[in-house]
Amino acid sequence: MSSKHIKQVFFIAIMFLLLITVSLLALSVGEINFTPNEILKIFKNQTGIEYMIIHNIRLPRIILGIAVGGALSLSGVLLQGVYRNPLVEPYTLGISGGASLGVAITIIFNLSFVFGVYMLPVSGFIGAVATTFLVYILAVRKNYYNINRMLLIGVMISFMSSSTMMFLMSTTTAENLNSIIFWIMGSLDEPNKILVKAVFYISLVGLATSYLMANPLNALRLGESKAKHLGVNTTFIIRAIFILASILTGVSVSVAGVIGFVGLIIPHLMRLIIGSDFRLLLISSFLGGGIFILISDIIARTIIAPNELPIGVITGMIGGIVFIIVMSRSKIKI
Amino acid sequence: MDNKNFLKIEKLKSGYTDKFIIDNISFDISKGSFTGIIGPNGSGKTTLFKTITGELSLVKGSIYLNNNNILKMQPKQKAQKIAIVTQTADAVDISVEDYVLMGRYPYKKKFQLFDTAEDLELAHKFMKLTGVLRFKDKLMTELSGGEQQLVAIAKALAQEPELLLLDEPTSHLDISHQMQVLNLIQKLNEEYNLTVLMIIHDLNLAAEFCDFIIMLDQGKIYVKGTPEEVLTYKNIEEVFNAIVITQENRITKKPSILLVSDKTYKQI
Repeated sequence: MSSKHIKQVFFIAIMFLLLITVSLLALSVGEINFTPNEILKIFKNQTGIEYMIIHNIRLPRIILGIAVGGALSLSGVLLQGVYRNPLVEPYTLGISGGASLGVAITIIFNLSFVFGVYMLPVSGFIGAVATTFLVYILAVRKNYYNINRMLLIGVMISFMSSSTMMFLMSTTTAENLNSIIFWIMGSLDEPNKILVKAVFYISLVGLATSYLMANPLNALRLGESKAKHLGVNTTFIIRAIFILASILTGVSVSVAGVIGFVGLIIPHLMRLIIGSDFRLLLISSFLGGGIFILISDIIARTIIAPNELPIGVITGMIGGIVFIIVMSRSKIKI
Repeated sequence: MDNKNFLKIEKLKSGYTDKFIIDNISFDISKGSFTGIIGPNGSGKTTLFKTITGELSLVKGSIYLNNNNILKMQPKQKAQKIAIVTQTADAVDISVEDYVLMGRYPYKKKFQLFDTAEDLELAHKFMKLTGVLRFKDKLMTELSGGEQQLVAIAKALAQEPELLLLDEPTSHLDISHQMQVLNLIQKLNEEYNLTVLMIIHDLNLAAEFCDFIIMLDQGKIYVKGTPEEVLTYKNIEEVFNAIVITQENRITKKPSILLVSDKTYKQI
């Protein structure tokens, strides 16, 4: 192993440790603060209100945070790799717009009876998948597609679904409006443990799957045509990445709502730190996304305690400020 | 092995989505030859290359490499046999070594994330051969255009191809780098018996380096043969619509082409 490789392994190890540290911090802070010793004791005894708080409220929230942050950031890095465009993020392709529209329709037309408690996530996911599918069939012609065309169509579909949303919101009752806005703002507070587990496992499987595409993504850094010359089946890879990113984004949006900015800035920050080799970039973006979401959530829960800010507010503010500072100081071009 | 019909192209028609650019082309080249493809802009040179590398969807006819139909080959399998160097290396912020290692992509298994010792050894061997080993830790973006092309050739060699395609590899380079690149290609052709097919604009360089030349015009082969047979003032005037004087160079004994302006032409 060369010194370069040692450095890279070291970096991933640090990210991993950081994620664990932040998770522990997230377990201990909140309305009631616990020391690490107290947490250990609580886990040993497995009873009492403290155990309820830590095990039933904070732990699922941390797991969901890692899963959603990881999934969004991973799908951001995948899409930026395929489109070779630094401004692309998971929501650019209309995925969040579609999910929000799906949820809004469900709330307004009171469709909850179909799937019960799962109705909002399910309708969010259906909305997300339907939009990506629409973008895909509109962009592909005779098995030939232009990547920029796909982006433009995605942006247009995004605008159209948000206009439809606005129309629906302006004509509905105040109560419905409240539920929609609450959902859109995004939150890691998900009482249903099955959903939390599902998102977690799907994001891990997504991470593993993305490694099948690490080499082709590296080749795509030289452009579609040069990747083809190296034997990359670009049509297949671009399609596979599009589907993978849509599933990852769709799943996280449908459970946690629209949490912005993670998918855009974490891949950029990681690229600034460790370079553009996708073999490193995929895992570090995943871990970085988790860390970022957990930190943002800790701030969102504590800054105006006992009240809570929507996590999207924090990711946007903190993320944006950090990002601008880093970008303006670094010499690396996007 | 069939040395004579190493690359055999038969009744090839190809183009983009709805229009044929290459119009019924047939030719074959022998193993170890250095073939030049010349022709005016839009005559189908690059389209021909894109057909061979499999970048076009509209293709009729057949292309055989060593008796294997390459139009039916899997992309990775094909990339182990054919490598291409284009006009520019499309530099990104990637180290020279990593860029050359990308040439090993066709040999990688799906979940193989790390380069093997053999990959690294080959990459170093070809970087040494092309004279870029000293830059190995530099970023591609830090190199000059000529150096980038040498790295691109090292990457192509790392694919261990049987056929090397070059699409105007020197068109953006000054004469010193032009000669450096072309001399290297000639060396690879002669010492390693690598079959070379090169699109080239400069007719004098084509005459100097190629042992066989195919002249394309409007998607068809206008003439093919040795440089002496192809590079006549009549052929050039007819196809390129330019006035030239051709003569045998007294020293190199190869055809030499002199371009003549309209003004000078009127005076003589």
